[in-house]
Amino acid sequence: MNLKEHIKTLLIEKPLKLDCGQTINNFPLAYETYGELNKSKDNAVLVFHALTGDQFVTGKNPITKKDGWWTYAVGPNKSIDTNKYFVICANVIGGCMGSFGPSHKNPKTNKTYGTDFPVITINDMVNAQINLLDHFGIKKLFSVIGGSMGGMQVLQFVSNFPDKVKTVIPIACTSSHSAQNIAFNELGRQAITADHNWSKGEYSSKDTVPDKGLAVARMAAHITYLSKKGLQEKFGRKLQERDDLKFGFDADFQIESYLRYQGSVFVDRFDANSYLYITRAMDYFDLAKQFKGNLSNAFIKTSAKFFVISFTSDWLYPTQENKDIVIALNAIGANVGFVEIESDKGHDSFLLDVPDFLNALKNFLDQSYKE
Amino acid sequence: MKLEFKIIADLLEENTRILDVGCDDGTLMEFLKKNKDIDIRGIEISKKKVQICISKGLTVLEGNAEFDLKQFPENSFDYVVLGQTLQAFVNPEIVIKELLRVGKKAIVTIPNFGHWKVRLNLLTQGTMPVTKTLPNDWYNTPNIHMCTIKDFVKFSKTINFKIYKSLALTNKNVSNINSSNLSLKNLFAELGIFLIEK
Repeated sequence: MNLKEHIKTLLIEKPLKLDCGQTINNFPLAYETYGELNKSKDNAVLVFHALTGDQFVTGKNPITKKDGWWTYAVGPNKSIDTNKYFVICANVIGGCMGSFGPSHKNPKTNKTYGTDFPVITINDMVNAQINLLDHFGIKKLFSVIGGSMGGMQVLQFVSNFPDKVKTVIPIACTSSHSAQNIAFNELGRQAITADHNWSKGEYSSKDTVPDKGLAVARMAAHITYLSKKGLQEKFGRKLQERDDLKFGFDADFQIESYLRYQGSVFVDRFDANSYLYITRAMDYFDLAKQFKGNLSNAFIKTSAKFFVISFTSDWLYPTQENKDIVIALNAIGANVGFVEIESDKGHDSFLLDVPDFLNALKNFLDQSYKE
Repeated sequence: MKLEFKIIADLLEENTRILDVGCDDGTLMEFLKKNKDIDIRGIEISKKKVQICISKGLTVLEGNAEFDLKQFPENSFDYVVLGQTLQAFVNPEIVIKELLRVGKKAIVTIPNFGHWKVRLNLLTQGTMPVTKTLPNDWYNTPNIHMCTIKDFVKFSKTINFKIYKSLALTNKNVSNINSSNLSLKNLFAELGIFLIEK
């Protein structure tokens, strides 16, 4: 993959002290923008991507040649209307789409970082991205928006930079990763590290890829993004290009074939070590803990307007966990709206064509922009 | 009912924080926002109506007043408004107590089941009254705890809250309710509007 020519990067010279204690500087942050920044620079929206997303929010992703991950929500006349708003999205640090990550070369050893890369957190991710505001000369963002891990970054951002944003939209997320969330992430990490090709993270020097392990990690995670009902309706017990069971371990069922496909396409676009690092960052996320157990204190300094959105069939970040954010905000009289969207598409609902969600997002943004 | 909204608006002081419980499609919130300098938000159980509120630029929480008022600390709001929905709750007593915990004051409006047309309807037809303000049949009505103006006044004594101001809406006329005209208002008012305190 020749990434360079398609990827815009901001070189961050300023030292960034990471939660793990290490300090990094002169590191690249890859980003993409959509729409135009207006003269008063008050129409900027910072979108945060989820675990396996990247900066290519909408349109064709120039690297994968597929549609951007949030094409349903972002674009001209869409919910996040790029005719109106200037949308910025950065690849998180630890990622593998151009931002500083474990697949970068360590100048000290002249080898790929691998597991020598520092463990990063959601806090580190947003502290890296705040530099984009200075880069574009933006004093205050109109909005920060993100789903899943993107939502965690939204919460951390407004907590770290309470005056830097007018509206805040965490979607299908949590303020603290649950035991179940950590368990699923650990399953994925174990699948990767159990792959012989992983070679303690040094696979790039051996010219191999732990593709089997990464594919299994993706398959397991993918199940958590869907709902039981959604799976049942789409696949049921339908067989894959055969009339009857074959009494073997090939993909007899369509769901097996589907998962295998999801796993195989994923390994082409994602780095196994990045998967380890980013899932770790999610597991370490506990915003309440950063404020001595009181989540409300994370938001006490901001006057931003919040809009929290959850989905009925999301069992990975269920409504109650989203509501806990709402409760923490109401406890301090913050300006917060909340809606649970009816959908049987599971956690993935926020990425898909769910009209009630897309309308709510659009209406909230457009109405708030008028204020 | 625009007049009801106007009466509610007149009861509210400026620069106050208000919660509209069961805000429906946000019509009252919109009206109050336009006519008063206030900070208002709503709570509504219907997803569809929450969507309408969002499209109007109103701050609304999807939720059930019977359970979700718990999240607000004491005296979070200067006023809590409950417009014609008290009768729809499973436990009106808990709701009133919650309103007065969350709000310093509450404004409660109730469709008066003691109105003469309702009484006459039941007397002559012998079936549960169906009127303009109560358009449902007994089996599909959301109004499971209908009460009269007199009932509400009695209720204030039973569960111990103060009625600070009580108004009757009769044929587009607003009048005060007091102890000497209570029975009359209970017969002729379509709507009772109460400003209450702990």
